[in-house]
Amino acid sequence: MNAIADDNIDIGEETQIKPFTMNFGPQHPAAHGVLRLVLEMEGEIVERADPHIGLLHRGTEKLIEYKTYTQALPYFDRLDYVAPMNQEHAFALATEKLLGLEVPKRGQYIRVLFCELGRILNHILNITTFALDVGALTPALWGFEEREKGMEFYERVCGARLHANYFRPGGVSQDMPAGLMDDMLEWCEELPKFLNDMESLLTENRIFKQRTVDIGSVTEAQALDWGFTGPMLRGSGVAWDLRKAQPYDSYDEFDFDIPIGKTGDCYARYLVRMAEIYESIKIMKQAIENMPDGDVRTNDYKVTPPPRAEMKSSMEAMIHHFKLYTEGFHVPAGETYTAVEAPKGEFGVYLVSDGSNKPYRCRIRAPGFVHLQALDFMSKDHQLADTVSIIGSLDIVFGEIDR
Amino acid sequence: MVDEALKDLADYVAEKLEASVHGYEFFNDELVVNAKADHIIDILHFLRDDTECKFQILIDIAGADYPERIGSGVGRFDVIYTLLSLRNNHRIRVKVKVAEDEFVPSVIDIYSAAGWFEREVWDMYGIPFTGNPDLRRILTDYGFEGHPQRKDFPLTGYVELRYDEELKRVVYEPVKLTQDFRGFDFTSPWEGMTDVQLPNELMGDEKAEGHKMKHAPNHGWKGTGKVES
Repeated sequence: MNAIADDNIDIGEETQIKPFTMNFGPQHPAAHGVLRLVLEMEGEIVERADPHIGLLHRGTEKLIEYKTYTQALPYFDRLDYVAPMNQEHAFALATEKLLGLEVPKRGQYIRVLFCELGRILNHILNITTFALDVGALTPALWGFEEREKGMEFYERVCGARLHANYFRPGGVSQDMPAGLMDDMLEWCEELPKFLNDMESLLTENRIFKQRTVDIGSVTEAQALDWGFTGPMLRGSGVAWDLRKAQPYDSYDEFDFDIPIGKTGDCYARYLVRMAEIYESIKIMKQAIENMPDGDVRTNDYKVTPPPRAEMKSSMEAMIHHFKLYTEGFHVPAGETYTAVEAPKGEFGVYLVSDGSNKPYRCRIRAPGFVHLQALDFMSKDHQLADTVSIIGSLDIVFGEIDR
Repeated sequence: MVDEALKDLADYVAEKLEASVHGYEFFNDELVVNAKADHIIDILHFLRDDTECKFQILIDIAGADYPERIGSGVGRFDVIYTLLSLRNNHRIRVKVKVAEDEFVPSVIDIYSAAGWFEREVWDMYGIPFTGNPDLRRILTDYGFEGHPQRKDFPLTGYVELRYDEELKRVVYEPVKLTQDFRGFDFTSPWEGMTDVQLPNELMGDEKAEGHKMKHAPNHGWKGTGKVES
């Protein structure tokens, strides 16, 4: 007699159901990229969710060890490609910290301006695709139009819609073109109208609320235990924002609030992101109004290239330019962990320098990686369709998770 | 200019955990505590629960490889735990040194977030964590061999894959490079020179005395004609 038969005898008349294992993704519109999810189902109820990640792994951390600091920076655009400049910011700040570099005020304000633009674009994309996952098509159509307008500002300032390579250690690569700030201010004035329209479609929408309220609830203690940051942490009622708590660049000169959620469910996270867009608009307006004059990057030509005009006449400027774009600059030995409040949460760079022109170790701490890990406990005992809601509210982008 | 409160905290931690830590240091105003690997559970327990510390969030676990430390008695790898205290607005890094065949106790019972971080460190550096219930590879391919972020692992890796039209499936092959990795050595012979370089000929300076060049090019070289073998 075998053991299985014995078990059946013990159970008696009852039928034992083996959990059904289901593969979700990696090619699935609600997987937000290349997420492969192995779900153990008990009927329609999720028993266990096991995300298989790494399908977009490009070895960014390894590659950076073989690149100079200047060459390493564009890799950060390719992490969270929805808000590229916020990632660059972390690396630029880390390098500046090791170099002991001061960024001119105008450079800092431009960075703040474009970080907040990135946050708005990121949240618009997340909210609309989240709505798409739970069945609302219209916000996505409207949202992409607004997002495109924001991308045009990216394009005008650095020439690229997505892979900006705009923030550099010591400031930004070039000043804003004339008229850009006026157009941005105008966009900031118009955006609330679009947001109102979108809110009227979602916030009190019965279907949207049925799909999100009390789904994927996370208590404060759980959020801390699982290492949540950003809107995920604030959605659970913790007022924590690095822009306030550990201000970098000039964030301490701006007036803005930190919205927090009360319930910690998918709906609360939606509300937090929505409110954050309004706060970001506030910051953008302040940055434009108080934009100081002056340099946009440090004039230490050992780190940043000299102006092109100067290179036509000055031999020294020529040499600096040549050395910067071949050898790159040397960074004093040391290490730092520098983090910024990226739209998705705390994005950190642990940078170790050995004194050469290449980073010895560049560890990238991506918020999405931590949040996706929590999917297992968040979706437990939920229905399959709720897992889709939860993935949408996590705001994951595989560029940064797989690195 | 180190924050006074952070300095007090460093002294407090060093005193309370005297048996487990080697001391602390500051890098750019950031507190780093050097600790013993087998005490890591006690240390993180203390840092999370002590009322003075309250490091409630595990931000990151990172690995780092220092192959030159092999054989020096100090472990080859660093494992760096980054913690964040919301209450005191402090960060702390706990650094442990681990030898190649050494196990590190998992901290998953203290911070649930440690699970994937430890999986990644295992995947990338091959540092095993005892007590992690799910220590599978995480970022690399199914069936991957080796630990890619070790310094002795080549940047290009060992295998590449392509879709084979005849077999109708993806096949793995040893990596073939049509072009070498373009890792030019631009390091200036004048700046950042090390003692090793100094007594010998300066890099790029050999052209001044062309007849002494060991590897004179075959064509287009109008030297003195005397080429040393």
